[in-house]
Amino acid sequence: MSTEAPETPPAREDARRGTLTSSRGRLADPIFKWVVTACGALVLVILALMVLRTVSEAWPVFVKEGFFGFLVGDTWDAGGSRDEITGTYGAWPFIYGTLVTAVIALAIALPLAIMVAVYLTHMAPRRLAKPLSYTVELLAAVPSVIFGLWGLHWFLPNVLRPFFEFLEATLGWFFLFEGPVRGVGYLPAGIVLAIMILPIMTAIIREVVAVQPLEQQMAAYALGSTRWEVVSKVVLPSSFSGIVAATMLGLGRALGETIAVLMLIGGSQSWGASLFGTGSSMASHIAATFGEASPEGRTGLMAIGVALFLVTMIVNILARVIVWRLGQHTGDAAV
Amino acid sequence: MRNGRSKLAVLAAIPLLAAACSSGGGSDTGTDSEGGELSGTLTGAGASFPDPLFQDWIYTYNDVQPGVEVNYQSVGSGAGVEQFLEETVDFGSSEEPLSEEELQAALDTRGCEAVQFPVVFGSVVVAFDNPDLDGLVLDAEAVAGIFAGRITSFDDPAIADLNPDMDLPDDEIVPVHRSDGSGTTKVFTHYLSTEVDWWAEEFGADKEIQWADGLVGGQQNDGVAQGITQNPGGVGYVNQSFAMEAGLSTASIVNEDGNPIEPTLEATTIASEEAEIPDNFQFTIDNIGGEGYPIAGSNFIFTYTCGYEAATADMITDFWTWAMTDEAADELALELGYAPLGDSLKERVLETIELTNAESGGLPGDPGAAAEGDAGAEDEAAEGDAADDAEATDAEADEE
Repeated sequence: MSTEAPETPPAREDARRGTLTSSRGRLADPIFKWVVTACGALVLVILALMVLRTVSEAWPVFVKEGFFGFLVGDTWDAGGSRDEITGTYGAWPFIYGTLVTAVIALAIALPLAIMVAVYLTHMAPRRLAKPLSYTVELLAAVPSVIFGLWGLHWFLPNVLRPFFEFLEATLGWFFLFEGPVRGVGYLPAGIVLAIMILPIMTAIIREVVAVQPLEQQMAAYALGSTRWEVVSKVVLPSSFSGIVAATMLGLGRALGETIAVLMLIGGSQSWGASLFGTGSSMASHIAATFGEASPEGRTGLMAIGVALFLVTMIVNILARVIVWRLGQHTGDAAV
Repeated sequence: MRNGRSKLAVLAAIPLLAAACSSGGGSDTGTDSEGGELSGTLTGAGASFPDPLFQDWIYTYNDVQPGVEVNYQSVGSGAGVEQFLEETVDFGSSEEPLSEEELQAALDTRGCEAVQFPVVFGSVVVAFDNPDLDGLVLDAEAVAGIFAGRITSFDDPAIADLNPDMDLPDDEIVPVHRSDGSGTTKVFTHYLSTEVDWWAEEFGADKEIQWADGLVGGQQNDGVAQGITQNPGGVGYVNQSFAMEAGLSTASIVNEDGNPIEPTLEATTIASEEAEIPDNFQFTIDNIGGEGYPIAGSNFIFTYTCGYEAATADMITDFWTWAMTDEAADELALELGYAPLGDSLKERVLETIELTNAESGGLPGDPGAAAEGDAGAEDEAAEGDAADDAEATDAEADEE
């Protein structure tokens, strides 16, 4: 008994130390590190494999058309051969369609998302704010094919078309709104895209706006600012980085969206300045023609895939540069 | 709980009832045949155009051979050919026959010939939403003019001359085409290329072509239908079964003999019998006269002459023989808006179906090189050719 008593404290200390530095604990740390590192690396590996594979499959087309020629050529005439490139491949109409629809979508969705977010956080009565923000987020859960079908069968003939006809009648002299109005085209695709990217943009902007420090806003109110001044001069400038992040995510979805655009853009291989005109986007052209494509045609579609990858990257880099420049002015260097 | 279950049971019964109603005599014939000695899974992939029919066939065939599970994936003709050549499916399907190049590729990978046979026909119709225009007569030149954007209103002389008794509106014509790659587009543009020289030069024939500016594209048949209905003056081309289902007005097309033919299933079947079909079934339906509707296409099934397990080969042969010979199969086709093959053609197809896996049984068949035969082919002639063919292959076997 007497011999055991003094030994108790060291045993306890061992036990205490054991929880921190037991062999399991010592192993868990490096294992965790490696697992996490592997997950991070996996993203890069998958990306690299995808790029390698698409580029190598698309290679013959780039060899024939030249990389730049492929990007700016505006004739797409897929050949039917099995092992050589006989057609003409120019992806410009699709690149143009992708960019135009994405720009339309952002031009509509960004102001709308900011206003919805500000309303939800600053204006809406509490009872309304919660259900409303849930509803907006619910929009994000709607599959894109539903947006496409709804757009084509209801929204386009009942809402957009009369609106387009009005636009054409009043602004038809302006090259962007030159007729004829055929229903499907760049503009309806862009507008439906805007609705599709609205929820994710709203959700992010709302979160960012909601966490802006209350003290600053209170101070601004105390100085006699109106609500408009507080929102436009205090809340939004300091939310800039969040708004940019939301825009990037929205843009990413708009550039890559396939089915809804496919149904609404009017799928032709030509392109034109008028927003009422029909065209095709890169993703939607791949989706539309992949199933029936000849082996040679698939090579061409792979090349569009590479171009889409590239365009997305360039647009993202450009956006980041713009943000960085603007960030220097607003004093909130984002990203 | 109990309530829920009975509801489930009712729900489960609905498709059964529907099938029983729609398949007509199907169950009768099912009990007649020596049902159910085959079992296994058969996979096929290809054209989406015949998919509704194939699914119904598979469903009804299940009564005849409950042990056989047929999976058909409508991945598109192009993908169907690829999957067949990569040997990932048991049979392939396409709206075009395999080309020489593709047949060679099949020979290279499998080590034996591939055979192909048509199983069903379908027409492409020129459709509009205006019921007053139902039965509007158009010839190839007028159709080409419309889809090239040259004929821009219904009262254009090119149309008016063909329809002296019709009160034609002066609506602007809005041509609507398929925006996705499609066998329907191929059949349609192939017809225009065959009949109209300037169309062949300017636009050609393919599953997707560069259309004239200002046309409207629609995603699949439904997209075209929307384009037609949402634009006053919309004119589009869709396959016959879709037009029937959607209740669209259609144009009668002037055929080779100068007869304006209304697109009916009978007119399509007649066209399939009018067409010159070689023994290797590498054909398109061109220059149709008589009472045949001139814009028609076919759906082909591909199989190999060797390399199947015996059970799989039996299933392929049994399924397609059933589809060609059972009355229920024809009825299903007619109901869904597809035209079954004419009787003489069916016999030739049945002979080809038998070539599936024939080489594995030690019988080298060479359908590709079959006698260039008298294409108008009456039964006797076809049989004669087949006999020649058999002799030829025997000779080859002797040489080996």
